[in-house]
Amino acid sequence: MSDATQTGPMLAADGRPLKASLNRALRRQKIRALMLIAPLLIFILITFIAPIADMLFRSVENNIVSDTLPRTVEALDEWTYASGEMPGEPVFDAMFVDMFIAAEKKEHTRLGSRLNYQETGISSLFRQTGRDVGDMAEVYEDQFDALNEIWRDGAFWAQLMGDPDWFENAQGAEDDGPRFRINSEMEDRLPRTAEIYREFARYTQNAEGDNPVEERPWPLVHAMLYADLTEGAAIDAYQGFGAAELLAAKEAVPGFETQPYRDAFLEVDDDWGNVEMWGTIKAYSGEFTSGYFLNAVDRELTPQGVETLPSSQSVYLKLFWRTIWMSLTITFMTILLGYPVAYLLASLPMRKSSLLMILVLLPFWTSLLVRTSAWKVLLQQQGVINDILVWAGVLSDSGRLIMINNQLGTIIAMTHILLPFMILPLYSVMATIPPSYVRAAKSLGGTNWVTFWRVYFPQSVPGIGAGSILVFILAIGYYITPALVGGTDGIFISNRIAYHISSSLNWGLAAALGTILLAAVLVLYWAYDRIVGIDNVKLG
Amino acid sequence: MKLKTILMGTAIAGVGSMAFAQDMANDMTLVSWGGAYQASQQKAYVEPYLEMNPDVSITWDESSAEAVAKLRAMNEAGNITWDLVDVVASDAIRLCDEGLAMEIDFNEMLAEGDDGSSAEEDFGDFIVSDCYIPQIVYSTAAAYRPDLLPADAPAPDSICAFFDTETYPGKRALEQRPINNMEWALLCDGVPKDEIYNVLETEEGQDQAFAKLDTIKDDIVWWSAAAEPPQLLADGEIVMGSSYNGRWFSAIEEQDQPFEMLWDAQVFDLDGWIIPTGLPEDRLARVMDFVRYATDTQRLADQAKYISYGPARASSAPLVGQHAELGIEMGPHMPTAPANSENVFVYNYTWWADYRDDLDSKFQAWLAQ
Repeated sequence: MSDATQTGPMLAADGRPLKASLNRALRRQKIRALMLIAPLLIFILITFIAPIADMLFRSVENNIVSDTLPRTVEALDEWTYASGEMPGEPVFDAMFVDMFIAAEKKEHTRLGSRLNYQETGISSLFRQTGRDVGDMAEVYEDQFDALNEIWRDGAFWAQLMGDPDWFENAQGAEDDGPRFRINSEMEDRLPRTAEIYREFARYTQNAEGDNPVEERPWPLVHAMLYADLTEGAAIDAYQGFGAAELLAAKEAVPGFETQPYRDAFLEVDDDWGNVEMWGTIKAYSGEFTSGYFLNAVDRELTPQGVETLPSSQSVYLKLFWRTIWMSLTITFMTILLGYPVAYLLASLPMRKSSLLMILVLLPFWTSLLVRTSAWKVLLQQQGVINDILVWAGVLSDSGRLIMINNQLGTIIAMTHILLPFMILPLYSVMATIPPSYVRAAKSLGGTNWVTFWRVYFPQSVPGIGAGSILVFILAIGYYITPALVGGTDGIFISNRIAYHISSSLNWGLAAALGTILLAAVLVLYWAYDRIVGIDNVKLG
Repeated sequence: MKLKTILMGTAIAGVGSMAFAQDMANDMTLVSWGGAYQASQQKAYVEPYLEMNPDVSITWDESSAEAVAKLRAMNEAGNITWDLVDVVASDAIRLCDEGLAMEIDFNEMLAEGDDGSSAEEDFGDFIVSDCYIPQIVYSTAAAYRPDLLPADAPAPDSICAFFDTETYPGKRALEQRPINNMEWALLCDGVPKDEIYNVLETEEGQDQAFAKLDTIKDDIVWWSAAAEPPQLLADGEIVMGSSYNGRWFSAIEEQDQPFEMLWDAQVFDLDGWIIPTGLPEDRLARVMDFVRYATDTQRLADQAKYISYGPARASSAPLVGQHAELGIEMGPHMPTAPANSENVFVYNYTWWADYRDDLDSKFQAWLAQ
């Protein structure tokens, strides 16, 4: 009995378990702390983390295909690339509908340029087809017009296809009128027409701000009405508005001139018969794609599966590798050059060291472009250094050194530009190393070298660590300097990312490259933490 | 009494300016390229327009190089901050395709030519897209320094001098992209001018162009900003280079550099305005008013006083006069001048729209090899 009371929960003064009441107090403190940092946290989330996450998400996002060509994607389900045959009529019918709507909304060219990244020529194929697809549908529009002029009247169509309540309110309404609602009876009787008419009405209202009652529907709606009627739409029992016109049309359609879409597409461009092209559409029809990441590592998702690009087209792995080893070289160079300077800064008397400090900081405050251009003036073949060497007779005039527009140029310029990021953390660590340690070591008989290597250097390692992380991470993402002095073999992966963001507009690939770069930095950071320990890094 | 008058006056003035604001916005953001080109626009039509409309204020944004990317981003964010954007033709075609640029009704929206021709006739073949109002014709042309070439070598008269490192030793500067370079390479490898894009469409044709470029790969300094080649040539880093003809003009005539033009196989391109889609009505009204003025016959001719780019209107050509400061005749310096345009290469916009991505990755891989 007494044992049981001892092992029971310990109670606080108010009778609650002590653990719970402690937790409560702690939680309150935590919430207060969170509230204090909340403004900054929210600010960073909204302006920094969210845009980056959004950008990274683009590397896998691919809903443009299924959004623009929903019916085609569905129709292609049954077709396989391996069959080696062109898709059948239903796929072309679906493509016609999708393409018509996309062309109306001006979405087809964007999809074309997206697929053109995978298969050259799709861009112009889509552009060309988008121009001609309107004519294909007009065949039916003209025949309905010839049958009865009422088929070109927007109000007639609106009353036929729209919900009666909606039509009453929309009639004579200003601007785009009330939101369109479809007549549910028509949805059953003329399903395809209703679907497209709704699409038309919504687009007219949302994108163009017009009232569907006053707008003549797309020719595509006529084409769909033809399709519904020939497929034996159940309108014989229909008694509502427009019944007479629909019945008359149903009787007339068997005599209509038809438009086989497959032939029409092939007439626009032979490429519609290209199995490769359909395979590409199918391979990229998912909501998400690994295509951009594969491209970023010189692979490609083709209809046959993942393939390695031929060496005449692979650039990215080479660029990643170059970016990393050049950044490491630059980091190492800054340690080599920065360490003695930081040592001097830390050990010279105050007056001299502040003068030296100014010399370090002055270039730091100078514009990046100015510093890079200055290196151009110094390093080019007709530049200052070459001129001096030729004048001094070290070089002949024809043997001038090539020091810029190549890797050497990038390494020299970037080492100089990033030097302060190494010197400052080094200095701040060295300034805290008590000089008495070195004196003690010497008084115990250590030579200069032993004193430095065994006593001073180990204490300055945290500074090297901090400087290396700063310089390496800055270097790996650098882009202005390599672009200006890198020539062809001194550019970094970031230059290609910039190219895909601003010139080729292949944002998905840029995002994939950026994600890989970010992951590489994080992995290196993790490795660094395991080897050196991030606790040993001091920034001041 | 007095107070009442003041109040009344303010009220009326308020109503007046309100009504005005509804018609046309008074702030306009123009996007251009900066440098001498933007200065020519400023002097030829922005300053005169501001004089006529003292209430208007114009802000420049020098972002034309990234215009397509930025407009797409603005469109996705649903906040278009630009009113009028200066872009090259290929970008205009892309923007038009994506629905980011407004379609233009030339005869309706733009002024007639001074000679009475309709705007559509006046711009003629330079209308390459439904959304694009061309302003000037520029060209990518070559220049060289006679004093750096061997004394016994004949003066270069063909673009193929770039590929002849024996006669003309030394470095040459070319733009770091496949466009223009691939065409020139094939041209100098004996492919007839009208066959070039057919050849370039095939794998073998592309290999042929790269093989030709390979012969001079070690002698090429690649540029990415058009200001670089004149600088490199002035420094003696290169003996010849390609750049925009306006850059060469300003180096030769304004800075007295000892360069000679090499007009052979110059590649024509256009520069002009697009209006972003989705502008509110008042801003659109202001832009339309400005564009009508800025692209009329006289204004396009005026622009040629400040920079050696040919006006895109046929009716402007006879009005092109002397340089505003140097007083030299501008006519002979235009890429369109008969003596300069004996052998012009016409750049195929739609072909490059298809093959740009593909060839660019091949070009980059070739550079990295």
